[in-house]
Amino acid sequence: MSRGQGWRRAIVLVAIAIACALPFLLSNFRLFQFTQVFIYAIALLGLNILTGFNGQISLGHGAFYALGAYTTAIMIDRWSVPYGWTIPVAGLLCLTAGFLFGIPALRLEGLYLALATFALALAVPQILKYFEHWTGGSQGIVLSKPGAPLGLTLSPDQWLYFVTLGVLILLFVLGANLLRGRTGRAIVAIRDNPIAAQAMGVNGALYKSLTFGVSAAYTGVAGALSALAIAFVAPDAFNVFLSITFLVGIVIGGLASISGAIFGGLFVQFVPNWAQEISKAAPWAIYGIFLIVFMYAMPRGIVGALRLAGARLARFRG
Amino acid sequence: MEIFLQQVVSGLATGGIYGSVALALVMIYQATDVVNFAQGEMAMFSTYLAWSMLNAGVPYWAAFFATLAVAFVCGVVIERVVIRPVENAPVLTIVIVCIGLLVILNSVAGWIYSYIQKPFPSPFPEKPITIGNIFFGAHDLGALGVTLLVLLLLYVFFRYTTLGLAMRAAAQNPVSSRLCGIRVGWMLALGWGLAALVGAVAGLMIAPIVFLDPTMMSGILIYAFASATLGGFTSPGGAVLGGLLVGVIENLVGTYVKFIGTELKLTVALAMIPVVLLVRPSGLFGRVAVHRV
Amino acid sequence: MALLEVEGLEAQYGWTKVLHGIRFAVEDGGITTILGANGAGKTTTLRAVCGMVRTAGEIRFDAQQIAGRPTEDIVRLGIAHVPEGRGTFTQLTVEENLRLGAYARRDTGALARDFARIYDYFPVLGERRRQIAGSLSGGEQQMLAVARALMLRPRLLLLDEPSLGLAPLVVREIFRIVRAINREERVSVLLVEQNVATALDLADHAYLLETGRVVVSGPSAELRRDDAIRRSYLGY
Repeated sequence: MSRGQGWRRAIVLVAIAIACALPFLLSNFRLFQFTQVFIYAIALLGLNILTGFNGQISLGHGAFYALGAYTTAIMIDRWSVPYGWTIPVAGLLCLTAGFLFGIPALRLEGLYLALATFALALAVPQILKYFEHWTGGSQGIVLSKPGAPLGLTLSPDQWLYFVTLGVLILLFVLGANLLRGRTGRAIVAIRDNPIAAQAMGVNGALYKSLTFGVSAAYTGVAGALSALAIAFVAPDAFNVFLSITFLVGIVIGGLASISGAIFGGLFVQFVPNWAQEISKAAPWAIYGIFLIVFMYAMPRGIVGALRLAGARLARFRG
Repeated sequence: MEIFLQQVVSGLATGGIYGSVALALVMIYQATDVVNFAQGEMAMFSTYLAWSMLNAGVPYWAAFFATLAVAFVCGVVIERVVIRPVENAPVLTIVIVCIGLLVILNSVAGWIYSYIQKPFPSPFPEKPITIGNIFFGAHDLGALGVTLLVLLLLYVFFRYTTLGLAMRAAAQNPVSSRLCGIRVGWMLALGWGLAALVGAVAGLMIAPIVFLDPTMMSGILIYAFASATLGGFTSPGGAVLGGLLVGVIENLVGTYVKFIGTELKLTVALAMIPVVLLVRPSGLFGRVAVHRV
Repeated sequence: MALLEVEGLEAQYGWTKVLHGIRFAVEDGGITTILGANGAGKTTTLRAVCGMVRTAGEIRFDAQQIAGRPTEDIVRLGIAHVPEGRGTFTQLTVEENLRLGAYARRDTGALARDFARIYDYFPVLGERRRQIAGSLSGGEQQMLAVARALMLRPRLLLLDEPSLGLAPLVVREIFRIVRAINREERVSVLLVEQNVATALDLADHAYLLETGRVVVSGPSAELRRDDAIRRSYLGY
């Protein structure tokens, strides 16, 4: 194992250790915020797989997030399915939906795909309100937070935190294996030079649709977890802003990077709050300034900046 | 029949406005591959500036031209100051900067002017204009006339002036343009200025219809996306035509298809996007990108 | 005093250094050619002169330092560059392409006369003046690229592999025109070429680049005569 890899592994383990310690150090509210960070991170990794690694720009992932959230909500509310099962179901449903969406999307180039997905994102709240019978319309669906299983003295917030953390670690490990192996190289090859990739035997259409599916699955799982964490789903929460937030998250975190999703999640969860603290009157203006300044300082996202710093350090040493 | 014609004209009027914003989007996209998400908010802010002038007693047309001038300058300044630092960054990075700009403009407008809707005057008379024996709203005809005039002037500028030619060249091939001595950065800035100017015209023409508030242009922006998609993002003329089409279709569908009231009009525009893209993935007039291996 | 003097020129793309301190000159009214295999740094040299690439070293044009100045300013001093791949504005008409070539000039009054002059040299462009440049053949586009550069009324013309991808007949025609322009209008030429024979025919002076360094230089007649150089470097 090279030195770089050894360092990486150490950092990841330390991070996980810290993450496990947090529930016993933080208030419930802060804990909830960190749960949200993990949920965003999962969604952002999903979007990054599609947009960062595979080059298909989606402004509509809020739709899959909503699909996952509502799947969980409806299964628990209507059919009293134990919450644990709803998560993989949400994932599979979104995998299928994403794959199916990915097929017509094959015809659309960069900008046009972004616009088509943007249209999808805009339509989501209206579609949710339209199917009132299932979704509870504008009122939404109220859930109760799942408690820790017998034998564990954890508050519901703490338990949910650990569930989310567990899902995050699992999905990130799976994602890393996927992206660092042959499949990942194929996916990136399609982004960088689709014709060359095709010439080398990569089935572009299949990979692109599958990537869409996997990406949607990740985001759907995140949506499912968010339904559990917030214990409530309503159409207006899944508006176009959500999809734009996801895009912001992956660019700020760093396109085509796995750890970028964590940084992105931290940014989209906490920076709006800081903006609010700085200015009550025009918090979004402060947020906008944050966005712009960030992009000036780190045009390739946080991970991009870290990589650049690492490269400079390596040249300096060697 | 009268209703049909009235709706068509009314649709053309709003369509001209959509087409103007769509043109602004396409102009910047063609030069930079960036969709300026802040285009709507820039137009909204310009309209508020006009409102301030009108409130201070400035006569309408003086305020109109002053606003266009200010919008132009601000567009140039925004490109040189806000966009230039990231002009060589990946496209999505620039998009995020535009989103930041959008959010700032929206927020500041709300802070300065509040979120309460304000009425905005139209320079055209209240009384409808009669052609044949059909009544047409004076503002509808006036707005259509103004937007078409502005678009015509732009066309003449780009087609027949040296500066317009240089701007087109800079958008198409910045490297070769530099070799001709064209200052590509300033051409971009001018493009942003013109786009902002066109957006301001759109804002000034739509405000009397939908009332002025900080979210006024967000719906229009979406219509503009639909228009530019319909026409093809690579075709300025297509964007304008797309806008006119969207305006007319939206109005006719809203009038004649009973279950779609005014709320779902936006959905109709939205629905056009994927439908058109499925049939013609580059828009009606867009050029299909040919990739040389 | 040469029109263009370059000394100790280094150039890099990102972290990769491509030119390792080269030295050459173009005499006023002369034609100099830079030869070399692919990747030797020929194109980079031209781009360095135009300020399109990060450089270190001295570049003097007409006794002025131009290293480090932006491309647009260098062009206005009278250096016209016909880039590799021609760089025509494929979506604009032939006439619009030519007009753009004259963009940097201040004496716009003489424009009509210049169009006539150019169409004289390149009649085929005159015939196709309203045609979209992208629809021209390779040879015609090359002519258009040279013509556009000439619209600047440059003192120095930089030509990057003008023969690339063209039929020999067309190549000969283009070089004939370049020679005529050099003689009649006293436009100095810096020519980068892989087509060695034709380049040596045209040029007075030649420099041979190998991986970013000048390995041979001298009057082109000498290089043509020297068997050893011909065989090892020029491949014939």
